[in-house]
Amino acid sequence: MILGRVAGTVVATRKDEKLEGTKLLLVQTTDPESGAVTGYVIAVDTVGAGAGETVICVSGSSARMASGLKDHPVDTAIVGIVDTLELDLNRD
Amino acid sequence: MRLARVVGTLVATVKDRALEGKKILILKHVNESGAASGRAFVALDSVGAGTGEMVYYVRGKEASFPFLPDEVPADATIVGIVDSWDGKKVPV
Repeated sequence: MILGRVAGTVVATRKDEKLEGTKLLLVQTTDPESGAVTGYVIAVDTVGAGAGETVICVSGSSARMASGLKDHPVDTAIVGIVDTLELDLNRD
Repeated sequence: MRLARVVGTLVATVKDRALEGKKILILKHVNESGAASGRAFVALDSVGAGTGEMVYYVRGKEASFPFLPDEVPADATIVGIVDSWDGKKVPV
């Protein structure tokens, strides 16, 4: 699963008909530890995420298992909005 | 499947309905000595793992299989807690 931050929206008028009505967001992928940006993905939003929010995305064929995306041509979907993230790196 | 160590937890209130009740953890792969190393990533938990434990996880579409018949949008899921491992080096 990908941790990221919503950085913008993507609008496309011509697209696969199964993508009509979906919200496409630009997500900056981030390192959970440092928060550094590691790249970006375009993801279909299924939870109502907004700009600046930290989200978790599911990628690959599993993205089609997100709500409302069955049989859709999608490889990344936002499936959660992160409230808190707690790291404890000293417990090996 | 790969070995990893649980280094943190993630809380998301707004999420895909199929993710409700699922535990979301932060993992890191392990280095040759078994310590957490590299970039952290997000995975679901199907076995009750906790912070500090060494686990193995499955990637891809198969990550949703532990939750069947629920169709959970997951691309990385912990499927085992390691009691012990043998060998001169952990396969990194």
